[in-house]
Amino acid sequence: MRPILMKGHERPLTFLKYNRDGDLLFSCAKDHNPTVWCCDVSRDSMRLITGSADQTAKLWNVQTGAQLFSFNFDSPARAVDFSVADKLAVITTDPFMELPSAIHVKRISGDPTEQTGESVLIIKGPQGRINRAVWGPLNKTIISGGEDAVVRIWDSETGKLLKESDKEIGHKKTITSLSKSADGSHFLAGSLDRSAKLWDTRSLTLIKTYVTERPVNAVAMSPLLDHVVLGGGQDASAVTTTDHRAGKFEAKFFDKILQEEIGGVKGHFGPINALAFNPDGRSFSSGGEDGYLRLHHFDSDYFNIKI
Amino acid sequence: MADVISMEEIRAIASRLDIDPSQIDLNSIRLPPGEDFGIKSDDDDLHEEDPLEYDSGFGNIIVVDNLPVVPREKFEKLEGVVRKIYSQIGVIKEDGLWMPVDPETQKTLGYCFIEYNTPQEAELAREKTNGYKLDRAHIFAVNMFDDFDRFMKVPDEWAPPETKPYTPGENLQQWLTDEKARDQFVIRAGSDTEVLWNDARHMKPEPVYKRAFWTESYVQWSPLGTYLATVHRQGAAVWGGASTFNRLMRYAHPQVKLIDFSPGEKFLVTYSSHEPSNPRDTHRVVLNIFDVRTGKVMRDFRGSADEFAIGGTGGVSGVNWPIFRWGGGKEDKYFARIGKNVVSVYETETFTLIDKKSLKVENVMDFSWSPTDPILSLFVPELGGGNQPARVSLVQIPGKEELRQKNLFSVSDCKMYWQSNGDYLAVKVDRYTKTKKSTYTGFELFRIKERDIPIEVLELENKNDKIIAFAWEPKGHRFAVIHGDSPRPDISFYSMRSGNNAGRVSKLTTLKGKQANALFWSPTGRFIILAGLKGFNGQLEFYNVDELETMATAEHFMATDIEWDPTGRYVATSVTSVHEMENGFNIWSFNGKLLYRILKDHFFQFLWRPRPPSFLSPEKEEEIAKNLKKYSKKYEAEDQDVSMLLSEQDREKRKMLKDEWDKWVNEWKRLHEEEKLERQKLRDGEVSDEEEEYEAKEIEVEELLDVSEEILSFDFGQE
Repeated sequence: MRPILMKGHERPLTFLKYNRDGDLLFSCAKDHNPTVWCCDVSRDSMRLITGSADQTAKLWNVQTGAQLFSFNFDSPARAVDFSVADKLAVITTDPFMELPSAIHVKRISGDPTEQTGESVLIIKGPQGRINRAVWGPLNKTIISGGEDAVVRIWDSETGKLLKESDKEIGHKKTITSLSKSADGSHFLAGSLDRSAKLWDTRSLTLIKTYVTERPVNAVAMSPLLDHVVLGGGQDASAVTTTDHRAGKFEAKFFDKILQEEIGGVKGHFGPINALAFNPDGRSFSSGGEDGYLRLHHFDSDYFNIKI
Repeated sequence: MADVISMEEIRAIASRLDIDPSQIDLNSIRLPPGEDFGIKSDDDDLHEEDPLEYDSGFGNIIVVDNLPVVPREKFEKLEGVVRKIYSQIGVIKEDGLWMPVDPETQKTLGYCFIEYNTPQEAELAREKTNGYKLDRAHIFAVNMFDDFDRFMKVPDEWAPPETKPYTPGENLQQWLTDEKARDQFVIRAGSDTEVLWNDARHMKPEPVYKRAFWTESYVQWSPLGTYLATVHRQGAAVWGGASTFNRLMRYAHPQVKLIDFSPGEKFLVTYSSHEPSNPRDTHRVVLNIFDVRTGKVMRDFRGSADEFAIGGTGGVSGVNWPIFRWGGGKEDKYFARIGKNVVSVYETETFTLIDKKSLKVENVMDFSWSPTDPILSLFVPELGGGNQPARVSLVQIPGKEELRQKNLFSVSDCKMYWQSNGDYLAVKVDRYTKTKKSTYTGFELFRIKERDIPIEVLELENKNDKIIAFAWEPKGHRFAVIHGDSPRPDISFYSMRSGNNAGRVSKLTTLKGKQANALFWSPTGRFIILAGLKGFNGQLEFYNVDELETMATAEHFMATDIEWDPTGRYVATSVTSVHEMENGFNIWSFNGKLLYRILKDHFFQFLWRPRPPSFLSPEKEEEIAKNLKKYSKKYEAEDQDVSMLLSEQDREKRKMLKDEWDKWVNEWKRLHEEEKLERQKLRDGEVSDEEEEYEAKEIEVEELLDVSEEILSFDFGQE
């Protein structure tokens, strides 16, 4: 089906998030002043948390759009993620003016008036920006990935480093995105080394590798079929002006198990920065450097792909 | 360095000295320290020093002998003279001229030392001034300082050279006996150089040999595929072997830039250009011709870059490589180079000029050899503002007789294209229009093998069409031309034989408006790729010239290079590092089916390993072509077996992957179930993850939209 093109943003998209029911889609972009890097929505679709470049992470009322609380940091907030049950949130901050990058855990209180800015836990350590941090099973761990190309699993109580991805088999360049499966048992990490890797959340075992021809900026996993989708493209600053095909701005579908490419969805004329599957697995949306958000509903043929 | 001595000579010397060579205990012979008589030890790889690092040595010092012996008062005058002579050649180092004086007589000793900045300058000075006559009594004897050292060390007693036991060489053509009749290719990407089999049946390459930093600039196959040549700072080397790649020979040539094999791969030409120490001087050029198998220098050429830059427009490095062009078929008998008003033709028996003199041709611009016969074609442009016409002539070597000549008028440029069997020569002639404002192009076609070499003139239907590309069918009688305006030029095919009138060129067809700017014939003829490289982003059309039909059209986005394998079965298209992205190569079947695609960052080179010509006679080849069905049965069966095996393997692999995945999924399900309670607790008893907390109910809503009354007539009598 023809994609639905949404041109609400003026500048590059940064992140996309569906709510649990798949009837709301949240998009973050650089045109919000300041840039919003990431967001997460609570299970009941009542609250939204955003991380942005103005050194804050904010809680919002989804229905009214009212700001409920603002967590203030000394450096830009990059990734945000609600825990199971939405009682905790993990927020990462960038290295900034001699401050190292950090992972903050905040308690989210049920009643917004009781919300405080205190951190339950602060983890400092890895070099470079942390591009994504998500909760592990039962909120016991936090998984992070970023500029140093290493996936790390931290104890969310003590802040201790539990596991680190192997340098040999792991990514070679910056990890740009990290996406958990619906049940949180495994996750997919996309990297500028032109590949995405599928890891077991508990043991950090490398299960699959998907190789493309372009730096990967965004990854998503179909909740319905054994498909993964990778988006990216030639870096915006290096994009050729001669031919849009050179940039490879397609969303590439791979068979999750066989690691083989199934197909691609063209359309963007800049690198894809964000991808998300509708929780029902029947549509997905992509956000690009070109400022467009494309919502694709799959044709029935898609559900019968055999390779 | 001592000359290589053959076994015969050794035996002769031994019998003269009454020594039985088999009785000598070779291990008992001790060579003087530091001298190896030019015999390289097998393990000198490890401690071979870089011959360029002269900083600590005396390589840039020369010793000038036979100077006049002068008393003190004349010392300065003599020094001035010497300094004048030697500073013309290069820059003498500060305090680099030292003329010793006898402390007793206060007279000079008749020799002096001169130190230059570079060994090249010292070498040049030695070359130029050795034998220089200062006056009748004083003829300079100039030597390298290092040579003194070396010759001093030569022992007085002659010791027989160590002989290495004969070890039979490997079969260097083993790769031709591959059971699956595959071809090899070499690729260079990043720091790695890799030789691979093209395993088209398995749709992937199979590695043969890989080595990091194998070469310092590029690699090149010898024309018959026996050797792979690598280029290093110290010189070139060739590699080969039965199953792997061993170094077979090295050719010392410091700072070598370019190499070129003779077509029969007997000789290797190496080239280097050296920066002059005086910026106003031109670069110095050194060319060596080595015997590939013995590694011996057969002839060297030195001179200023200007001497070697005549003819053609010059490449990137300022030379029109190859400087020496080889002719006379596969025997490597002759080679030639163009000079000012001359073409110098050398023969390889003695490595001297034929008849001791060059071929004098006023203003010669370009020349080329017939690929099979010792025939040169020469192009001389118009002279005297058109009073003397331009000329293309064919010259037979070694006799230097002119076989044929054609005068051409108002010519702006000529290009010569030989057909691979040397049957035809096409000369593309650009002529000025009457107003001299623009040019148009025609062809002069020479039939070399026919009596009197008839020449035919071919003009395109539209005379104003620009010629974008021209290519002969290898071993065939057809040629293809891309002509017209760039965005969508036309492609025409011509044949030198036409039905009943064999002596006429005829057009076969014209393809209109193709996105192509380069032509690549299959080495066996018949098939051609019409390629749109560069501006056309890698459009490919696989065309069958026998049937005059397109077999397939395809695209290799951004492709920069195309090369057919030597058998004409497969084609490689590649994107080299001129582009930042897309680097890698594709392998296609001859009819345009993409077989496999390999991506490699920083991809520099793709070269098929050439094959020597087949030993089959033309009759035999024809017989095979006729009974192809019979022969191909075997291979078709093999193909089928392989594809069965492949699909079987593929199925197995998929099943394995699937099983493995299922194991993971089951494990995850189990863990997920185990943690269910805890999750519930976390969510304050909210039941499950999967099931919705709300139920979908079907609710019927009836809404009355409109009520209207209508009277219908009703017929009772209806059946």
